[in-house]
Amino acid sequence: MTSPNTSADHASLSKKFNADEARVDWHDETLWFVRAKRDKAAHAIPEWEQLRETASQIKNNVLSNLSGYLEQFEEKAKQNGIIVHWAKDAKAHNEIIFSILKQYGIDRMVKSKSMLTEECHLNHYLQENGIEVIDTDLGERIVQMREEPPSHIVLPAIHLKKQDVSDTFHEHLHTEKGNNDPQFLTNAARLHLREKFLTRRAALTGVNFAIAETGEFVVCTNEGNADMGAHLADVHIACMGFEKIIPQRKHLGVFLRLLARSATGQPVTTYSSHFKKPRKGQEMHIVIVDNGRSTQLGRKDFRNSLKCIRCAACFNTCPVYRRSGGHSYHTAIAGPIGSILAPNLDMKQYADLPFASTLCGSCSNVCPVKIDIHDQLYKWRQIIGKDGYAGQAKALSMKGMAFTLSHPSVYKVAGKAGRWFLKNTPFLVNNKMNPWYHQREMPEPPKESFGEWYKKNRKTKPPTH
Amino acid sequence: MDVTNKSTGLQSPPLGDGGYILQAIKANQPALIDLIEVPEFAPYFDDVVAKYIDVLRGIGGVVYLVSNDEEIIEKIKQDFPDAKRIVSFIPALASIAEQNKQEVDPHDYENVDVFIMQSSLAVAENSAVWITDNELPVRVLPFIAQSLIAVINKQDIVATMHDAYDKIADIDYGFATFIAGPSKTADIEQSLVLGAHGPKTMTVFVKQ
Repeated sequence: MTSPNTSADHASLSKKFNADEARVDWHDETLWFVRAKRDKAAHAIPEWEQLRETASQIKNNVLSNLSGYLEQFEEKAKQNGIIVHWAKDAKAHNEIIFSILKQYGIDRMVKSKSMLTEECHLNHYLQENGIEVIDTDLGERIVQMREEPPSHIVLPAIHLKKQDVSDTFHEHLHTEKGNNDPQFLTNAARLHLREKFLTRRAALTGVNFAIAETGEFVVCTNEGNADMGAHLADVHIACMGFEKIIPQRKHLGVFLRLLARSATGQPVTTYSSHFKKPRKGQEMHIVIVDNGRSTQLGRKDFRNSLKCIRCAACFNTCPVYRRSGGHSYHTAIAGPIGSILAPNLDMKQYADLPFASTLCGSCSNVCPVKIDIHDQLYKWRQIIGKDGYAGQAKALSMKGMAFTLSHPSVYKVAGKAGRWFLKNTPFLVNNKMNPWYHQREMPEPPKESFGEWYKKNRKTKPPTH
Repeated sequence: MDVTNKSTGLQSPPLGDGGYILQAIKANQPALIDLIEVPEFAPYFDDVVAKYIDVLRGIGGVVYLVSNDEEIIEKIKQDFPDAKRIVSFIPALASIAEQNKQEVDPHDYENVDVFIMQSSLAVAENSAVWITDNELPVRVLPFIAQSLIAVINKQDIVATMHDAYDKIADIDYGFATFIAGPSKTADIEQSLVLGAHGPKTMTVFVKQ
């Protein structure tokens, strides 16, 4: 898999996505449809808000006792016969996995969806070391063939249309050219991947939840690819960010009720598999990864981002994500949550992401664990601005805006001037220099400001009481 | 790598990556916040069986209310006339399914057409059935078979996932799973397709 584009920023990458207007509209409407399904599922449950609050509070407890829960988890997992590894960063994570495979003399592996391995660029690392990795989630397999990163954490190929998939499969799986039928294409992938499941001796999966009390972990999929891989392989490696921990098995009742409803509007994923002990003759490994998470835990304003359960509800509701596409975020986890996670990893490289938002707050409203996403986006902007990572133009215009807004007389004059310019010299505003004009028509400027209108109308129509 | 204590200059014993990570977490985690109790949520529907059937049909499953094993056998013969290999560990279904409990390589089940399993717990709100490897000698079977059939008793259907975990909070297993409907994907243009990597169909017999 190619690494996300790291040289360009969100604005310029969105421009690329926005070149195909019909596709942007489709992307926008499709994700909004997923959001609507989430609403329908959520509204069907009277205690939905109480569930979100409960999940949020359980996660607050988790963050405050992470060290204790992780120690408990490690002890229990070892008792269960699982081999536990710790990785302080992406490099250590990748090296551990490579060393496990080397130990068994394995050079081909199947992998179900794990955003952590995307974050660590595992595929790229293993390929360079002569290991073949096959992604088995259908969407991930499609983007892997196209040498693209996933554009969405739940719907990895949502930026593609069925004819793109058909072309890709024609090239790689020699399916009939021009057959765009999703049923036909899915079946082709089923046959192609079944052969991989049956022949690969190692399977890597992600982890949705790890239970401190029992040392087991839960993996949720709709396709069944995690289970097909894990139950057929001699070696099962599960990779988890350390924040995936929850205290007790019964807490799954809360999180599993929230996860799929928030993600796709389903009442639950098809499979919620609980892995506690390796099967006879199998080896099971868990890699627990930090990679910047302990730093984020120390940032009071941002630690709540570690409560995330990766449902992507914030992606689907975000007006900026829906119209700019996942690749414009140039990071493994896109969308609003990715925009508050990425600056923790590299503030300079991801300085643009907290600005890829209207701060409308919809992300925070749909979040099943109540992360204050839009507040954190705003707070990152302050830090990035103060540390000088915001672009020069953005910093200047923000200063100008702050000055204008805090000086009423300047505001009035500026408003008047703006209306005059819009009316008499639209080409000055409607040009390529003004990013607000891309994909937009400017509105007809009003003849007078609200201030002027109010003054006039107050004079002619005095209050009656 | 050793850690040098800033105030004493003494070296602490070497730690693995786990030790360093836990140390960093301890230094950065906020003051302890108590773990809350999960509230008691009253079910938001009355008839758990009706709800179960409704939800399973909604996600592409097939469901039959039956009163005995003969009925189950009849239905299976009717619905899967071309099935060449049927596997089950339910003794009453010995006449239609192979029941080998010998240890075999899971790969040997790659050509199973139908797998039939007894589930001791099902959840009305999402139509999932629960199975552990205590009853499932081969973990891959419910995933590798082309069609999955579950048999549940009516009284084993609970309303919500909270009720389900009340029953299974303390049981031991090596592997366990909730399965709700046939395997599926919508990764191609959001078009729902049943039968991604796991079973293409799921049938549940509710015994009353």
